[in-house]
Amino acid sequence: MSVDLFVSHYNYWVVIFLMMVGFYILISRGNLIKKIVGLNVFQTSVFMLYISMGKITGGTPPILLDDPHGEGEAVGHVLYSNPLPHVLILTAIVVGIATTSVGLALAVRIKEAYGTLEEDEINRVEAQTEAAE
Amino acid sequence: MLGAAGLALLRIRNLFAVVMLAGIYSLLSAGLFTVMDAVDVAFTEAAVGAGISTVLFLAALALAGHHENKPGHTPLLPMLVVVITGAALVYGTMDMPGFGDPDNPVHHHVADHYLEESPHEIGIPNVVTAVLASYRGYDTMGETTVVFAAAVGVMLLLAGGVRSRGRAGRQAGEEGDG
Repeated sequence: MSVDLFVSHYNYWVVIFLMMVGFYILISRGNLIKKIVGLNVFQTSVFMLYISMGKITGGTPPILLDDPHGEGEAVGHVLYSNPLPHVLILTAIVVGIATTSVGLALAVRIKEAYGTLEEDEINRVEAQTEAAE
Repeated sequence: MLGAAGLALLRIRNLFAVVMLAGIYSLLSAGLFTVMDAVDVAFTEAAVGAGISTVLFLAALALAGHHENKPGHTPLLPMLVVVITGAALVYGTMDMPGFGDPDNPVHHHVADHYLEESPHEIGIPNVVTAVLASYRGYDTMGETTVVFAAAVGVMLLLAGGVRSRGRAGRQAGEEGDG
């Protein structure tokens, strides 16, 4: 019973492990670029969660084997994995790279303005600036 | 292997190595997607995740330097938060359907319709493309809008640098005077 549970839920636990590694990088490291890398790891783990839910044991990729203009006889007999999570994740990957690029641009601007990418040093510079005013 | 790559990402403080390792991580996950029948996702991840995002990170490193300081505070609190969140998530998976079972509810809503009808309604063999470009076309349009907004945002952030650098320079001057 517990072996069954382990085998059938292993994918979720790998995803959760990776997600927590990303989360830990995100909240425990002070460097802004390292935080963005952590966010990427987190994001990829969510992609894996969706893709693993779409997988069917013994299935093939959802590319139809028959001539599309034929009567589609193979469709009823071949087991395809679920195409819907794939579509959602394709969109998510592209949106993810867009948000990553904005985050990196912000990091570059922060480096220009403060001369550092470390969170605590940025706070120190802020405090000094306020004290000077 | 993915777990090992993730842990190494956590430990290494040379950001250049971190970025390279993130690219390897991305490529490994693309391999995993191929194994799980998501070939379209795999080649997008290989091109975008391992290719473009590595280039973007390297460009950012070139502009912003590549050394990370040691974390200044104790890692206990974040570790506690992470362990509690992870435990809650594992508890949540107990009710999830098993991996690879064709009777899972996720496979029986609209997916059946897509697989059976898309050759007649759309007429191309790749169901993922059919769904992406036709059934969920508005999603894809929204996605391109997000990418456009992101491109505009990056350009504004990086091109507005000259004026703001002047302000930062003035601030530095004031600090020097005081």
